[in-house]
Amino acid sequence: MISVGHYLAVSAVLFTLGVLGIFINRKNIIVILMAIELILLAVNINLVAFSAALGDLVGQVFAMFVLTVAAGEAAIGLAILVIYFRGRGTIAVDDANRMKG
Amino acid sequence: MIQLFAFYLFATIVIASAAMVIFARNPVHSVMWLILAFFNAAGLMLLAGAEFIAMLLVIVYVGAVAVLFLFVVMMLNIDFAELRAGFVRYLPLGALVAIILVAELIFALGAWSAGGVDLAGRVAPAVTDKSNIQQIGELLYTRYIFLFEAAGIILLVAMIGAIVLTHRQRGGVRTQNISLQNQRRPQDATRLVDPGVGQGMEL
Repeated sequence: MISVGHYLAVSAVLFTLGVLGIFINRKNIIVILMAIELILLAVNINLVAFSAALGDLVGQVFAMFVLTVAAGEAAIGLAILVIYFRGRGTIAVDDANRMKG
Repeated sequence: MIQLFAFYLFATIVIASAAMVIFARNPVHSVMWLILAFFNAAGLMLLAGAEFIAMLLVIVYVGAVAVLFLFVVMMLNIDFAELRAGFVRYLPLGALVAIILVAELIFALGAWSAGGVDLAGRVAPAVTDKSNIQQIGELLYTRYIFLFEAAGIILLVAMIGAIVLTHRQRGGVRTQNISLQNQRRPQDATRLVDPGVGQGMEL
């Protein structure tokens, strides 16, 4: 039978893959944003799994709030990406040193 | 039995497609794998009995966020080969961090299953005679109404921020000014002048 441990294992692997994605795609900010979405998805799976295991609905309510923040973060991040590309013609974040002055 | 099979199917595909998201060479393919991962995660949540979150995942993530990613990836004409340059260089460090992280998570999992910490009682116990969506709605619009409205404000701020950031004022474009058009009267539009010979006139 499926226990909450199964769900936690899946979400742990998913979370790790997200962190790994941030590290190995350091130059490609689009993939970094996607990796952040994966991390938030892992968090959501955790919240839902515990919500189901404990018979408490608050976890699902909070998963919804996490989803809201993820959507807003993606929108703002991609908007910043678009204006960055407009200004520089590249999205390589390695040499993003405009704020240095 | 069918549940076990469904769980392992969804779990395998969600992990495999998440791996493909970060290892794919082309970000367009990454987005496609991301969509597959979201669908299968929605299946996992459906198995856990969270129907509302599962549907929300399909609608919000697949319908909005993934399509947004796809738009941006296709809109920006980027040389992706150049962005892959540091891939091998960062792999050892990334793998180290990933191994440490997964070891920690497994340790936490073992510690948790060795004997659960007895947390405080349930805040909102689920009941069986109502559907999942109805229960979440009753919780969301009563106890979490302020958080719910805060979430709405976050979305509004994100929307305004994205519009303000990406909006660009183009110079030298003649646009229609409707109020000016409506204010125009025939008596103002024409003018009778009587210029002297050889003087010309200014319009």
